[in-house]
Amino acid sequence: MLKLRINGMPVTVEDNSTILQAARKLDIKIPTLCHMELDCFNLEHRIGSCRVCVVEVSGRRNLAPACCTPVEDNMEVRTHTLRAINARRTMLDLLLSNHPKDCLTCEKNLDCELQALAQEMGLHRIMYKGEQAKRKIDLANESIVRDMNKCIMCRRCETACNTIQTVGILSGVKRGFNSIVSTASEKPLAETKCTFCGQCVAACPVGALTEMNRTYDVWRALNDETKHVIVQTAPAVRVALGEEFGLEPGSISTGKMVTGLRMLGFDKVFDTDFAADLTIMEETTEFIQRLKENKNLPILTSCCPGWVKFFEHQFPDLLHIPSTAKSPQQMFGAMAKTYYAKKIGVEASEITVVSVMPCLAKKNEAARPEFARDGVRDVDIVISTRELANMLKEAGIQFNELRNSAFDNPMGESTGAGVIFGSTGGVLEAVLRTAADWVSGTEVKDIDFEDVRGLAGIKEATVNVAGTEIRVAIASGLGNARTLLEKIRRGESKYHAIEIMACPGGCLNGGGQPYIHGDTTILEKRRLALYDEDRSKTIRKSHENPYIQKIYREFLGEPGSHLAHELLHTHYTARKNE
Amino acid sequence: MTLLNTSDKLTKYQKELNGKLSGNIKTEILVSMGTCGIAAGTTPVLEELKKEVVEQNMQDSVRIVQVGCMGLCHSEPTIEVIDRESGHCVVFGNVAADKAKAIVAKTIRAAGVDPVAKTWYYPEEGQNTGSALQARIVLRNCGRINPESIDEYISRSGYQAAAKALTSMKSAEVISTILDSGLRGRGGGGFPTGKKWQFAAAQKADAKYVICNADEGDPGAFMDRAVLEGDPHSVLEAMIIAGYAVGSHDGVIYIRAEYPLAVKRLHHAIGQAKEMGLLGKNIFGSGFDFDIELKYGAGAFVCGEETALIHSVEGKRGEPGFKPPFPAISGLWKKPTVVNNVETYANVCAIIRNGAAWFKKIGTENSPGTKVFSLTGKINKVGLIEVPMGTTLRDIIFSLGEGIKDNKKFKAVQTGGPSGGCITEANLDSPIDYNSLIALGSMMGSGGMIVLDEDDCMVNIAKFFLEFTLDESCGRCTPCRIGNKRLHEMLNEITIGNGTHEILGKLRKLSETIKDTALCGLGQTSPNPVLSTIKNFESEYLAHIDHKKCPAKVCVKLLSYKINDNCVGCTLCARNCPVTCISGERKQKHLIDQAKCIKCGVCYEACKFHAIDKN
Amino acid sequence: MTDQCTKCCDNVSILNMYPDKKKELEKYIDSLPLGSDSDRNRGFLIQSLHKAQGIFGYLPEEIQLFVAQKLKLHLSEVFGVISFYSYFTTVPVGKFKINVCTGTACFVKGADSIVGEFRRFLNIEMGETTKDMKFSLGGLRCVGACSLAPVVMVNDKVYGNVTPKKVPEILEECK
Repeated sequence: MLKLRINGMPVTVEDNSTILQAARKLDIKIPTLCHMELDCFNLEHRIGSCRVCVVEVSGRRNLAPACCTPVEDNMEVRTHTLRAINARRTMLDLLLSNHPKDCLTCEKNLDCELQALAQEMGLHRIMYKGEQAKRKIDLANESIVRDMNKCIMCRRCETACNTIQTVGILSGVKRGFNSIVSTASEKPLAETKCTFCGQCVAACPVGALTEMNRTYDVWRALNDETKHVIVQTAPAVRVALGEEFGLEPGSISTGKMVTGLRMLGFDKVFDTDFAADLTIMEETTEFIQRLKENKNLPILTSCCPGWVKFFEHQFPDLLHIPSTAKSPQQMFGAMAKTYYAKKIGVEASEITVVSVMPCLAKKNEAARPEFARDGVRDVDIVISTRELANMLKEAGIQFNELRNSAFDNPMGESTGAGVIFGSTGGVLEAVLRTAADWVSGTEVKDIDFEDVRGLAGIKEATVNVAGTEIRVAIASGLGNARTLLEKIRRGESKYHAIEIMACPGGCLNGGGQPYIHGDTTILEKRRLALYDEDRSKTIRKSHENPYIQKIYREFLGEPGSHLAHELLHTHYTARKNE
Repeated sequence: MTLLNTSDKLTKYQKELNGKLSGNIKTEILVSMGTCGIAAGTTPVLEELKKEVVEQNMQDSVRIVQVGCMGLCHSEPTIEVIDRESGHCVVFGNVAADKAKAIVAKTIRAAGVDPVAKTWYYPEEGQNTGSALQARIVLRNCGRINPESIDEYISRSGYQAAAKALTSMKSAEVISTILDSGLRGRGGGGFPTGKKWQFAAAQKADAKYVICNADEGDPGAFMDRAVLEGDPHSVLEAMIIAGYAVGSHDGVIYIRAEYPLAVKRLHHAIGQAKEMGLLGKNIFGSGFDFDIELKYGAGAFVCGEETALIHSVEGKRGEPGFKPPFPAISGLWKKPTVVNNVETYANVCAIIRNGAAWFKKIGTENSPGTKVFSLTGKINKVGLIEVPMGTTLRDIIFSLGEGIKDNKKFKAVQTGGPSGGCITEANLDSPIDYNSLIALGSMMGSGGMIVLDEDDCMVNIAKFFLEFTLDESCGRCTPCRIGNKRLHEMLNEITIGNGTHEILGKLRKLSETIKDTALCGLGQTSPNPVLSTIKNFESEYLAHIDHKKCPAKVCVKLLSYKINDNCVGCTLCARNCPVTCISGERKQKHLIDQAKCIKCGVCYEACKFHAIDKN
Repeated sequence: MTDQCTKCCDNVSILNMYPDKKKELEKYIDSLPLGSDSDRNRGFLIQSLHKAQGIFGYLPEEIQLFVAQKLKLHLSEVFGVISFYSYFTTVPVGKFKINVCTGTACFVKGADSIVGEFRRFLNIEMGETTKDMKFSLGGLRCVGACSLAPVVMVNDKVYGNVTPKKVPEILEECK
């Protein structure tokens, strides 16, 4: 333990603590910008580059960056001397001098850390004028907009992409005033092995990385008389959307969300959770089949499009082991344009399917060529949780005041198993719930598989499913996924099934969710909310969903049937690993 | 090759060599074959000398030695002729190939080339008897031995220091000798070398590294290159000693790729040392193993900063990291690492051989020893000099450098490269060492010393250094990446006539903030040229700002060229003007079209009648 | 480089065009003590790039990728390194590499005006190459020939005491 004084106040901290951490103990929040801590994943991006957090340390010639200066015993720190404040302001002045001043029209307006700091520090005029970087904006993909003119070189995205996700498409390039974070040869994302997971967007403190906004397309569809516009909402959306309206993190706003969507003008409001149950039917069938044949194990889940693109690029030799089941979003789209279209007697081309997703990779997934039939896309428009919040605000809908209402049928009913898809471990638990019943031929009562829950990056468990020992592993975050995949490649894996989600913590921490600005306690709250929702459901196993049973009865036949394969399964493509 | 695997064998070998090398040789001709010598045309001189020796049948009595830089850059190509019998030696400068014949004919004085006085002495070999201002410890072998011959190095007590350290000293004794000597890092900061070693030695680790920083990048500094080209073994030997002292078995020399000759000679030297068992396993039978690997820089000045250098060795972008932890605790591959620069290492062997007390006698109390400077700019004798710490700038500039070129007026001397500052006439008599230079608002840096005269504009000089820093900034931290850009822009505004007092104020304030906040040494010192020129030459800044004039007549935008009544109408100016903006009949006074003039100054240079005014 | 040229370079595989050069580079990299630890492999990146540039003259993306895959590194970090160090170039350079020393001694003795003259004569900026691929113009940090300042290097040849007037002479010599 080390003792120090900050602004004259004594504080004791653990060895290896930084000044920033010590100050926090005294409830002093030293401003930071490049710094990023993701406590619950044990990750810290400590680069010390923005110099906004500088403080005075007695006996030192220069100011010290609080985020990366280790505490020494008997240190004397002063956090807001005139010298420190002037330096901090100058750092912001400099950053602003090389930043477009178009905050009013910026995607991140009011959600920007640079803007917030400028406001907090009382910067009221532009101090330095001079050359500003001019860089081409990358708009050439469905998911992510990269406007590097706004980049402040905090390089959090680099850590997100390279260290956390190990996708590795970003690097600092060039040097000096021209230095920037970019891809190899500064190519557009679409020409790289980017998975579009959006973790870079989640990490970006400013408007340099944002989602490709499609809200206007939704407005257009909603105002098109010739279209029957339906919406599906992913499980993780309902436990985060409220944050955009000032509700406590972890608030479950399913009912308000449904009401709000209806008020926006959607003809039907459906639930991706329904499709998640459908996914379980197909995936579990495939799993039990492989288990019986002891072939192509472990089975890997395939509902996460970031993860799918990751293995297509980086593990093209393992394309045979992921489940061929489509993701819930795409199963929903396929059912909407076939089963549902037939049911309501409308041509598929007249239906517009809108998805609300916590995810940016879903935008890219929906645009993949294989997810269309006869030129009609299964899913037409994908918007993120944040975009939905924007639309509700734009429409003047007082979200917090809304009454609850329920999803429409036939694709709105879901089980607890479908709900937990939004969290790491959830998909596998849903599989296990169904597999347990199917393998044993009974109704298994104890369906809370606690071992597979929690935010830990890699979880392993051996689960007894009707007398069979099933070894499972769960990874969230592509870096953790890589660890497991390399084990498989080396033949060291002893698992039967592995669930992978690209984002650390799963969809609840997706690239399209409300920004958490480094506060990972929010993630745990979202997670617990999902499991609360699960517990509150009367039906908690996918195969018991009456509408699922109905869709098989009326349309698909059996899980794994020919039609099911045609509509609900997909294939993977080896892609360039560059 | 002989395997020198014990200290006795080394001593015996040295004795044999001393006998053999002298032999029947009566005259030695040393030819300076450093990069600058070669650039100035030494190679044909060497060829001619060799031919002449054969033609005059003097192979047995005359030996031609290719040596490294003698430091007499002002007179390259230089050769030194030593008469073995009398010990008399003469250095000839500006030797052309056609003079070789005369020199070989031993008609030394009749050769028709200028003898160049040597003004240095060797503290290891004896006391300074006369007026020599230069003392050679670092450059003791430069220009005296063939750098490609390990034998010549050994004949001058080479590897004796390593033998002494490894076979008769404990590693703690080696460190305390270096500590006691007061040797400070010659790369810039002046951190005590012994302390660095002590920190690294105290760490427990399965691997440690010893790095030689040979990424000399200061514009106008080439002392490290001279050592590497002229005496590579002295660096290798010192690294062995450092490795032994801190408990490291792996040495890395990080060298600029822009120094091909130094790379070649180091490569060669490492090969020779390995062959003779001076590198590798069980050196001198001491049980100590040490190897050295070369790693190349790729054109990034910031890699001279030790953490950036380490990142570069690790194959990353050369961005500096923050300290602590210092490399001595966690450096290359996160292992304890000692990083010293070439000149620092070049001192180590002499200290081990002669002891700390000997070293402390040279130089000043807080900065013992000597310092090598590359003396360039507007000075008569450009060159590489090594002087005891505490020598005054006046002695360096006016005695060794023989004053300002073309009898112009001395204005300032810039030390410390882009991190340093300008020192004016008023401070020329202060003895220079690490502390005094910092007190004068400059710094030692690696030892570039650029002399400026009345024709140099100090605002422009500050801008030049800023431009360099901008080019070389890694871009990681805000103050260096954007702050220096803004400084440069503000300086530019002043030089093009848009300066205001507000800009000058901002320039000062931002400079102070950058010093206070930048991440690495490069960034923290980058505003020094600005601050020191504002401090010492404020009136020059004000002339640009208030009167829109550049007193040194450098800032093009503030200049105008006009033809005065001296014009005889010779048309020379008009014919030379690249944009044909000068008009006038033959034998009539000419006129410059101010709107078209690009202020290139060609007419001014061309005119033989002082008929063009530059204002 | 013109757009057109970029296109034709993109279409042609340099590695296939020069199998001997490819073999030389491959042999060099294979001789390095590489392992599965990409962190340690990275330590050989810069020297591999030096080698590659020495063989091919420049480092187009194809070669970057070749080196990246051999060393098991991401292409982006290889590019990040190449774009950081001024010694590396991703575009082919001219037959005559004209480098004006930008060291301090050369600066105070008028290197600026020398650069200006080269730019004017060649009609290119610093860091560019003429369309006929004959001349590249660049700066060079101190070569230590300060006594000859200002200094211009053309490939390996050093020209000392250069004045703006000498610029056309130097260019003429290159023909």
